[in-house]
Amino acid sequence: MSSPESSPYKDSEASPHEETRKTEWPLWEVFIRGQHGLSHRHVGSLHAPDAEMAIKNARDVYTRRNEGVSIWVVEAVHIAASSPEEKGSLYEPSNDKVYRHPTFFDIPDEVGAM
Amino acid sequence: MSDPLFEFCCRMGDNTLVLGHRVSEWCGVAPVLEEDIALANTALDLIGQTQLWLGLAGEVEGKGRDADKLAFHRDVWDFRNVLLAEQPNGDFGQTMMRQFLFDSWHLMYLKALMSSSHEQVAAIAEKSVKEVTYHLERSTDTVIGLGDGTTESHERMQKALDRLYPFVGEMFIDDEVDAAMVEAGIAPDPSSLRAEYDAHLDTVLAEATLTKPEDDFAHKGGKTGVRHTEHLGHMLTQMQWLQRAYPDATW
Amino acid sequence: MYAQMIKSTGQGVKSLDEMEPEERAFQERINAGGKIEPKDWMPDGYRKNLIRQIGQHAHSEIVGQLPEGNWITRAPTLERKAILLAKVQDEAGHGLYLYCAAETLGVTRDDLTRDLLSGKMKYSSIFNYPTLTWADMGAVGWLVDGAAIMNQVPLQRTSYGPYARAMVRICKEESFHQRQGYDIMMKMANGTEAQRRMAQDALNRFWYPSLMMFGPSDKDSVHSAQSMAWKIKMNTNDELRQKFVDQTVPQAEYLGLTVPDEHLKWNEETGHYDFSEPDWTEFFDVLKGNGPCNTERLEARNKAWDEGRWVREGLLAHAAKKRAAKMAAE
Repeated sequence: MSSPESSPYKDSEASPHEETRKTEWPLWEVFIRGQHGLSHRHVGSLHAPDAEMAIKNARDVYTRRNEGVSIWVVEAVHIAASSPEEKGSLYEPSNDKVYRHPTFFDIPDEVGAM
Repeated sequence: MSDPLFEFCCRMGDNTLVLGHRVSEWCGVAPVLEEDIALANTALDLIGQTQLWLGLAGEVEGKGRDADKLAFHRDVWDFRNVLLAEQPNGDFGQTMMRQFLFDSWHLMYLKALMSSSHEQVAAIAEKSVKEVTYHLERSTDTVIGLGDGTTESHERMQKALDRLYPFVGEMFIDDEVDAAMVEAGIAPDPSSLRAEYDAHLDTVLAEATLTKPEDDFAHKGGKTGVRHTEHLGHMLTQMQWLQRAYPDATW
Repeated sequence: MYAQMIKSTGQGVKSLDEMEPEERAFQERINAGGKIEPKDWMPDGYRKNLIRQIGQHAHSEIVGQLPEGNWITRAPTLERKAILLAKVQDEAGHGLYLYCAAETLGVTRDDLTRDLLSGKMKYSSIFNYPTLTWADMGAVGWLVDGAAIMNQVPLQRTSYGPYARAMVRICKEESFHQRQGYDIMMKMANGTEAQRRMAQDALNRFWYPSLMMFGPSDKDSVHSAQSMAWKIKMNTNDELRQKFVDQTVPQAEYLGLTVPDEHLKWNEETGHYDFSEPDWTEFFDVLKGNGPCNTERLEARNKAWDEGRWVREGLLAHAAKKRAAKMAAE
């Protein structure tokens, strides 16, 4: 590739990359709803200066192969997550409620599709 | 003058070819990964549009030249892109300013082409409009963001605008090819789009806190092929090298 | 592979009985094929190793853009240009996914980038070799991506959830990469005399560096044993290298090209090809920074980073101003 013209600002901003200022763009989580009407699904993350650019970046990064028709982004720091220690209390109570699943019920074949 | 429709298709295709090539030079070296990926998408769209325009040019010409033949086997004086497209990338600001100035014209022109009397022209325009709408959104955001950002980014964007503005005028100059296209109902007079372009430019530049140069001087010679800048020749030596060095090979 | 010389911080593999209850639960989960997620308890060594491994993998994708990017502006047809650009773009995407996976472990992308730019963190040795002719675009896709896939496919089952999910996405996207490389090789190998020479030359230059991608033999390494117990390494280097050779030799034959190894031959007994080891001295030289392109690659990355700083800052400053204006208006 040919390289961009050399910087006229040689000794100012574009000099060595020591940690003078924090310039990293915030991290965003990306959710995409695909073609087939399913819910938005978490597909990954990216960096962007603000929400508008995050959506644009998501379009460029995560829909390169027609993956989606709708994009949500949320700044990663705003995601509240359950903690792993609560796993038992949150999820196990549903383990013994098998009647919530259709396969719990035996329906005779003669009845047809149900 | 050769067939004006052929000229017209070459103008459209050479614009996208040359600009797409320039944008592709950023691949792997953009300021941040997300921008790297976005620029590649823009370049890919432009290369795709090139295949359509130059493909149509070859058909119109009817001498058996396809898009590749036209892209890789013509020399500088046969290229019909506007001078703006061949300007070097410079820093990222110059690249995005060039993109913004071009996209703004490109989208307006393509929208007008959607109602072209020529079916294939209208079809290519319709496909391209979707892509270029996004290019313009993105380049507009970037010009505003960097114009308004830090002192340094503002200065760099103003410098880019000053450097590139003299290449804006060429996109709106009417000539005999344009006249023939208007006559045939294929394309509008470029000059008819100028007022809308200026209004759009003023809005965006105001938001970007940038000042449009007062001097309206316009370099010209690209779309007629009469006098390109020196930059195009160097680009072609790279772009066309394999095809020229091994003319009997297929790739 | 893309993370070739990961030194584990572990002291050899502990048995379950030697572990404290948390670590034991952690290891049992891995043994049962379960996933470890960002907020789960994990041993320090696991975290550190993963950061290094995923980081190296990400760096390899990013630096790996350069040797192929070298030919985008010289691609011989519009279609080849588009395909190559899309492929190199994918590599940027893969780097991005992997950095994000690493970020779930408590580092930032900028931290990792700084370590790459200073030379503290490594990337795959393969990207320190030059791409000299168009046939190299074929060889890189065919051999380098082919070798990478050997490692990446099993990593889809790695124990760390975000890493596994990134690999699933990467493998899905990578599927066209090796094919496009082989497609170029077919054109070249069946082309003019000059094209055939280019194709053979590319194979000659990329064969041994591709074998090096799997790293030196690690069958007796305690580091590898620990990584395998943690399921962040799924196969030994030798297994993968053998698999690569077995798969690639018939593909070279189909092209009518000669693998540059006079000792290469099919072994009826083992059911595998016997082949010569690459020159490991060269490998360590390249890792130390003495490969043909180490200097250029790091220079290119540093230049991109330094010259991009004002852009990253500018857009961030604009976002902050917009936010402030919005809050003032409310």
